Amino acid sequence: MSAVIENHHDDHHHGPDKGLMRWVLTTNHKDIGTLYLWFSFAMFLVGGCMALVIRAELFQPGLQLVVPEFFNQMTTMHGLIMVFGAVMPAFVGLANWLVPMMIGAPDMALPRMNNYSFWILPFAFGMLLSTLFMEGGAPNFGWTFYAPLSTEYAPPSVTFFIFAVHLMGISSIMGSINVVVTILNLRAPGMRLMDMPLFVWTWLITAYLLIAVMPVLAGVVTMMLMDIHFGTAFFNAGGGGDPVLFQHVFWFFGHPEVYIMILPAFGVVSAIIPTFARKKLFGYDSMVYATASIAFLSFIVWAHHMFTVGMPIAGELYFMYATMLIAVPTGVKVFNWVATMWQGSMTFETPMLFAIAFVILFTIGGLSGLMLAIVPADFQYHDTYFVVAHFHYVLVPGSIFSIMAAAYYWLPKWTGNMYDETLGKTHFWLSFVGVNVTFFPQHFIGLAGMPRRYPDYALQFADWNMVSSMGAFLFGFSQLLFLFIVIKCIRGGKQATDEVWDGAEGLEWTVASPAPYHTFSTPPALPERSMA
Amino acid sequence: MTEKQSKLGANGQIRRIMRWLIAATALASSIQAFADWSALNMTKGVTEISRQVYDLHMLIFTICVVIGVVVFGIMIWSMLVHRKSLGAEPASFSHSTKLEYAWTIIPIFILVGMAVPATSTLRDMYDASGADMDIEVRGYQWKWQYTYLSDDPAQEVKFMSSLLTPADEYYNRTPKREHYLADVDNPLVIPINKRVRFLITSNDVIHSWWVPDFAVKKDAIPGFVHESWAVVEEPGIYRGKCTELCGKDHGFMPIVVKAVEQDEYDAWLAMKQQEALEVYETVGKTWTMAELMETGEQVYAQHCQTCHQANGEGIPPAFPSLVGQGLAIGPMDAHVDIVVNGKAGSAMQAFAAQLNPAEIAAVVTYERNAWGNDVGDMVQPRDVNALITGEE
Repeated sequence: MSAVIENHHDDHHHGPDKGLMRWVLTTNHKDIGTLYLWFSFAMFLVGGCMALVIRAELFQPGLQLVVPEFFNQMTTMHGLIMVFGAVMPAFVGLANWLVPMMIGAPDMALPRMNNYSFWILPFAFGMLLSTLFMEGGAPNFGWTFYAPLSTEYAPPSVTFFIFAVHLMGISSIMGSINVVVTILNLRAPGMRLMDMPLFVWTWLITAYLLIAVMPVLAGVVTMMLMDIHFGTAFFNAGGGGDPVLFQHVFWFFGHPEVYIMILPAFGVVSAIIPTFARKKLFGYDSMVYATASIAFLSFIVWAHHMFTVGMPIAGELYFMYATMLIAVPTGVKVFNWVATMWQGSMTFETPMLFAIAFVILFTIGGLSGLMLAIVPADFQYHDTYFVVAHFHYVLVPGSIFSIMAAAYYWLPKWTGNMYDETLGKTHFWLSFVGVNVTFFPQHFIGLAGMPRRYPDYALQFADWNMVSSMGAFLFGFSQLLFLFIVIKCIRGGKQATDEVWDGAEGLEWTVASPAPYHTFSTPPALPERSMA
Repeated sequence: MTEKQSKLGANGQIRRIMRWLIAATALASSIQAFADWSALNMTKGVTEISRQVYDLHMLIFTICVVIGVVVFGIMIWSMLVHRKSLGAEPASFSHSTKLEYAWTIIPIFILVGMAVPATSTLRDMYDASGADMDIEVRGYQWKWQYTYLSDDPAQEVKFMSSLLTPADEYYNRTPKREHYLADVDNPLVIPINKRVRFLITSNDVIHSWWVPDFAVKKDAIPGFVHESWAVVEEPGIYRGKCTELCGKDHGFMPIVVKAVEQDEYDAWLAMKQQEALEVYETVGKTWTMAELMETGEQVYAQHCQTCHQANGEGIPPAFPSLVGQGLAIGPMDAHVDIVVNGKAGSAMQAFAAQLNPAEIAAVVTYERNAWGNDVGDMVQPRDVNALITGEE
């Protein structure tokens, strides 16, 4: 192994460079975290506009605004951009900012690779978005891109889609290797694994999930590429291949992927609730074990996305039982958060509001997930709006609310200024009402029998689709308020103290606000065993 | 202690909650006036299985609601009472082994309680033995084909079933009628009280055949045949949909099943068999240009128009234009061949399985002589038949 290079020369390291090249060349974890977060927000708005195209078309029965071909491109691109462009980079951005500060490290362990893993993303998404302008249009086969619709029957732009997915995968793998190496090697002396804040724990586990499954995704898109261009028949029944194999491989990636998008959210909420309840997190150890159990289970339940593909009954039963088991560790987490709030001394600043809404609405999404696990009932729910309602409940008021909670919670540390609390609460209530008005009626639409990915629908679904569309526009436009609040906070505001929140614990609150460009150049002395 | 303080605060909170509840009830009842509540829940359906599924759905739903009410109730209580503004002091506990065991083990029992009825229902659904009749359900982009299988090929009845709603209705040019997007030209007809087995497959991409009233949803996958079954107890018309994204007209390939008394079914089947015989006889006769063009226009509208469009110009590059270019004005043999055998690696289907020789001859002739194409030639059904069967 290479020798440790001691930095004896006192190169008074200084603040950031000026201008554009600061951002292009930066290897600073805080700069890269900021880049990730802004990139993610930009993608959130792009993907959100696509969602609004979908909801505008579905406002009334009939085809008013778009043709079905374009509608399918919107559902596909909305899914891909939100999953790979908005939610995942946001969590990587949070990890970049927070993991080194939470474990007392000076930076990420592999700073140059950190720079690469970010800068791949604008190219990947630039390429993906460019397919919208190609002949034949953008990918139109759903974000799950089932073969053979995505191979033999796909538009020519599918090749660009495949390459974009490869790039995103490389970026994710590099990012997660960085997180793992940082957490395992750069903790402040004396910080044991079981002393780490839960956000660090959940990211450590998430990073392992990413390293395990992104290559599977790369494998499945490569097999598609071979089928399309090189005459293989992995997924072509006519050539001896198997379209169902595609779904098995895809969901072997896909199910851990959905936990990749929720585990860091658990970490965020586990940081915020104790702060505003002014009480230690309940059941730290069981939180860690529950997270690890969920991660393990995520690898052995993939086919519950495919109950209708005609698996033998033994397969259906196994995947049903294994899926139901996930309710146990997930329940443990929810109960722990409730127990943390119990007999606390709560205040309800914006981060706490988002965190509480997370617990309630994520639990609703979890309960509908339990319903979906029951195979005979799933035959009626599968591929209807009930599923759409379910996964949007865990992703929007789940993952995205936790990201917003995190933004409000750490913004004062990042910018040195308090955000505008009144505007923050307004943003919360608009989002909360918007998200429920959008997605709650979709449970009804689904149970009543409307399949997903339909550009038009029978008349009995009209009322609730209209309600859902109105909620979507409310939620969508409320996010411009979020943008305004963040910019306002960056530009000024009440000076934040170093601790910011009176109940906050953790090393990130021991550094100045705003956090200096370089923190923990010398490792901090830990307060005695209080990190847990 | 602070307990007294928080209790005092709690009374005020409770009054506030009551006010909220009254407001919420008022809101809920105003929604009731607006929405049709039957459109809010799963259908009970018309088979033994679908009722079992409905009961199972209501059971898990109720359990989930109870869990939700308990957990959220505790949370909301805590949020109302344990707040700093009421002077609550934080407690110092951060774990409780007993409690943690309890909320790990109790959910396992609840899950077992759900798994038992789910397993028994699933076993009933998977027992497809002892079928009285078999129907092959084959998905196409974007229609269904039903084949009533029989040991005697001459007795087999086979037909396509596609959307009846005209484009004018979904493009808002004419008012939407009842059963908008839920009606087909040829519904599947089955007898009641018979165990009907569906053998589900696909000709191109993956579709999924769903009839909510039977609790039957099975993916139609090229290269696979999956089975499902239903015993329908009441005569009626049951509507379903394709539930796997299958391309642009995924939302426009509904399913209609007409369940009838046995007598009516027998009469219908005999009629269909007679029709098939008549079609067979048309293949032998010599058609005139006018006859071919007239039939061809109808066939084109039903089978070709969704991709190649009414004006023949298609949606390139996926669906090429037929006007003034390509096979439609090229050699006749190649034109007939692509309609009969399809084109590998594209959305162009092999229509030999869907259309009879007369229909193929008519539509090919039509394409060569419509929209300003003026090749002027025609092809006879018997020649198409020769190509399909390989006989001269």
